[in-house]
Amino acid sequence: MARSSGDNAQALFHSLRSAYAATPKNLKIIDLYVAFAVFTALIQVVYMALVGSFPFNSFLSGVLSCIGTAVLAVCLRIQVNKENKEFKDLPPERAFADFVLCNLVLHLVIMNFLG
Amino acid sequence: MVGKSEPINGTAKSQPPPSPLSPKSPDLLSGYFSFKSLKLKTKQQELLIRVSILCLVYILAFVTRLFSVLRYESMIHEFDPYFNYRTTLFLTEKGFYEFWNWFDSESWYPLGRIIGGTLYPGLMVTAALLYWGLRFLRFAVHIREVCVLTAPFFASNTTILAYFFGKEIWDTGAGLVAAALIAICPGYISRSVAGSYDNEGVAIFALLLTFYLFVKAVNTGSLSWGLASAFGYFYMVSAWGGYVFIINLVPLYVLVLLITGRYSMRLYVAYNCMYILGMLLAMQIRFVGFQHVQSGEHMAAMGVFFLMQVFYLLDWLKHLLSDTKLFQAFLRMTVTSAVGVGAVALGVGTASGYISPWTGRFYSLLDPTYAKDHIPIIASVSEHQPTAWSSFMFDFQILLFLFPAGLYFCFKRLSDATIFIVMYGLTSMYFAGVMVRLILVATPAVCLISAIAVSATIKNLTLLLRAKTKAPQSASGKGGSSGKAASKGSLDQSQPFQKNGAIALLFGAFYLLSKYVTHCTWVTSEAYSSPSIVLAARGAHGNRVIFDDYREAYFWLRQNTPPDAKVMSWWDYGYQITAMGNRTVIVDNNTWNNTHIATVGRAMSSYEDEAYEIMRSLDVDYVLVVFGGVTGYSSDDINKFLWMVRIGGGVFPVIKEPDYLVNGEYRVDKGAAPKMLNCLM
Repeated sequence: MARSSGDNAQALFHSLRSAYAATPKNLKIIDLYVAFAVFTALIQVVYMALVGSFPFNSFLSGVLSCIGTAVLAVCLRIQVNKENKEFKDLPPERAFADFVLCNLVLHLVIMNFLG
Repeated sequence: MVGKSEPINGTAKSQPPPSPLSPKSPDLLSGYFSFKSLKLKTKQQELLIRVSILCLVYILAFVTRLFSVLRYESMIHEFDPYFNYRTTLFLTEKGFYEFWNWFDSESWYPLGRIIGGTLYPGLMVTAALLYWGLRFLRFAVHIREVCVLTAPFFASNTTILAYFFGKEIWDTGAGLVAAALIAICPGYISRSVAGSYDNEGVAIFALLLTFYLFVKAVNTGSLSWGLASAFGYFYMVSAWGGYVFIINLVPLYVLVLLITGRYSMRLYVAYNCMYILGMLLAMQIRFVGFQHVQSGEHMAAMGVFFLMQVFYLLDWLKHLLSDTKLFQAFLRMTVTSAVGVGAVALGVGTASGYISPWTGRFYSLLDPTYAKDHIPIIASVSEHQPTAWSSFMFDFQILLFLFPAGLYFCFKRLSDATIFIVMYGLTSMYFAGVMVRLILVATPAVCLISAIAVSATIKNLTLLLRAKTKAPQSASGKGGSSGKAASKGSLDQSQPFQKNGAIALLFGAFYLLSKYVTHCTWVTSEAYSSPSIVLAARGAHGNRVIFDDYREAYFWLRQNTPPDAKVMSWWDYGYQITAMGNRTVIVDNNTWNNTHIATVGRAMSSYEDEAYEIMRSLDVDYVLVVFGGVTGYSSDDINKFLWMVRIGGGVFPVIKEPDYLVNGEYRVDKGAAPKMLNCLM
């Protein structure tokens, strides 16, 4: 049982790697950005666990800015991906402009909330 | 006027697909408006009709709320609006920074109240912006006029919003009917009449705005509509504590969509954008603070947020992996681990007390018997009692049976938008059944769903009427949305009978709608336009007698007492005393400190010498009580006295309710209980 699930995991990992290598370059850049943002959020959470959460609004604004921009980047990825049938009428420039606008609002609110 | 426009609306709605029938409509309309000289095309005629209907509905919504201004004068009604008026006055005089950081020492003596951090600023800021805008245009208005007329103005805006929402859910016909219905619906008028300067006047507009923008975002999948819905949510959070309804309904809706297999990328984009940006914006309001991450009432939204991430991940991996067997194995692993981690986190959070449980106010919505036993203050407010059937009929009338009909139509044409309106309608009707005050929240849903029923029925009937016998292909050409017209083409010989039936039904619908208009206007005039602070009655000879006792009393306080005098009264009158009498009060309507209110309750119910000690400790100079025995006014302090006993007894066990009752009955004449006769009241 354990061996078959171990084999399953291996096969899964390999097929995932080969399928992912086929995605276009611009989507890979967005994925890298998302990974970076989530990683930054994790660092902040670890730091909060070590140091305590006293200015809670600062902690929240830091973590939520990372998560927020990661989520917005995923939305951009969805809208720019040529394989998504629902968004094929949406020009990628419009998607990017929406992304920039939402990020602007996000960061303005974060700056107000940072304290 | 509203009832008359329905048939014209119905005929105009069948215009858009160009058919052999289009030459008929300019003749029909030219009989009324002589368009021959203008030579307007069909689409322009339709646009003109729509715009004129919306303009008339806008004006109607404003005008029908002005009864009390015409009968009495332009003043603020009731109790809570006086606090809102006082804070708006402060905002316009001192500016936003002073308002945001205001500590008020004139109420809740000796504790004071941090007003800046314990109110919802949306209403005050809106009224102040309107005031500054009008002043900029050199209209010399007084802030009180702006405050009195804010609610009707926003009610008119709500009708326009209802039109757009109806258009989004069904079609323009339903939108127009929804706008007309919500303009005069008594459930909404009750809290948005001119002079009722309360949070709900603006909050219902914000609620409908948020829902409309969110449904638009889900339908289009665009980030900018999601951003707009986040701003709508921010406005709602700033305006009313009832925003908790939105932050629970939207995740519930997303959950229902996920369960029914309607997960889509548009849903992901819309919900995530609204949740993250909306949550961040909402935390800027000091009164809300960190509740979005710490309170149990907001955890549903966070749970659904994480669930959406899991769904997206699974969808993406399914797309990447072409082998389904591997995917199933992976699916099993991920889902079990995700659900397990989520449950553990929730359990740890709740058990350790980090995630606070549902507060009493909202818990009593889920368990209606909770407040009566545990929190007497919430149970004592008359608006928090469960709703009787008569209230539903009074506030909705024909909408009450159009609501199930509309639900039927929505289920026939299920889409993301109609699922939303069905859920909104059902959940809000449940809450409206629990608490009278929440009929207001159900009103937009009921109006929209009833509008769908009205619009779809009238459309079917008029299509039946307009189908010609000699052109069966035209009947099938426009049989798009009504199955009746398509099947009609084959029943030529029974057509005159069906046409008569359709005409009769249309007249019936017209009669019902005009009855609705009559009822709404009557209800508005009789029941919902009283200012509560000025009372009117019929004298012995039928002449009208106006009782202005409340305002005279507050003005007496203002003129005849020293400026630092402290006034003790029951908490109902606190806001009015500070706003009109300009004196410090011990307790007021904010009811944030139960012990302080219980102290006042204890003072009112104790023997005079004990009460004197309590009042000395609170530095009281004057006591204000309301007695209605001379005029037959029934909601005075004697009537409220048992609540003072209950609330006082809730904190100080020395006050026992049975002491004041005779054989379990409450009597106030010579035969009353001895403690009742000798207490301060």
